[in-house]
Amino acid sequence: MGTIKLRTKVKGDLVEVKALIKHPMETGLRKDKKTKEKIPAHYIQEVIVEANGKTLLTADWNTSISKNPYLSFSYAGKAGDAVKLSWSDNKGEKDSAEATVK
Amino acid sequence: MKRRAFIKSTVAAGIATGTAAIAPNAFAKWTKENFEAKGTDAVMAAIGATDATVSKDIKIKAPEIAENGAVVPITVESGIEGTETISMIVSNNPTPLTAVFTLGEGTAAKVKSRVKMGKSSDLIAVVTAGGKTYKNHVSVKVTKGGCGG
Repeated sequence: MGTIKLRTKVKGDLVEVKALIKHPMETGLRKDKKTKEKIPAHYIQEVIVEANGKTLLTADWNTSISKNPYLSFSYAGKAGDAVKLSWSDNKGEKDSAEATVK
Repeated sequence: MKRRAFIKSTVAAGIATGTAAIAPNAFAKWTKENFEAKGTDAVMAAIGATDATVSKDIKIKAPEIAENGAVVPITVESGIEGTETISMIVSNNPTPLTAVFTLGEGTAAKVKSRVKMGKSSDLIAVVTAGGKTYKNHVSVKVTKGGCGG
């Protein structure tokens, strides 16, 4: 589906992981301007980032994370690590992406 | 209310110690009650942080004035040894608990994301480390709210 942009970069002993996910992150509180009806909540609840199969970080999110969410953090890693990010939302949709640290 | 908070924090602590003993790398599941809790007091009680110690070792980087409340960049860095989780709470949002980050072994205690703020608010960061909770906060002034259309 290609909703995830995943970037990794070696910084000394750490690997920096940056991710941008394409997602509406609807709060469920907004109204459609034309129909005046509430737009149902649609948001990512869980993000899991792994390296070589080991969990680096999980992020549990609410509706108040911005549209097209951004996430960045670092971990003790090295070039060659296989980094994988997966997300799932409140409607059961999900996606994942992998990147090899260079 | 106090009793309720006590029960919740005790249960949370029990679960935390329980899982820690069995599987150190077990990660928390998305908790509906915590994310739907309304008001900062309710959130702090839900996540067992009512009595969190204020710590200057938690550094929060956020704009003093956010022109666009829909996208407010936030960085939270914890200098507390053994930091396990970092939570972000926007006090004045309808459901204040915004994010809970659980760190694996070897992951630096610094996370960066972008949050929505309906109006000017305190941004609270809660850190758990070694069975204890710590917090710190900054104020962010919002000139254009981020929860409308």
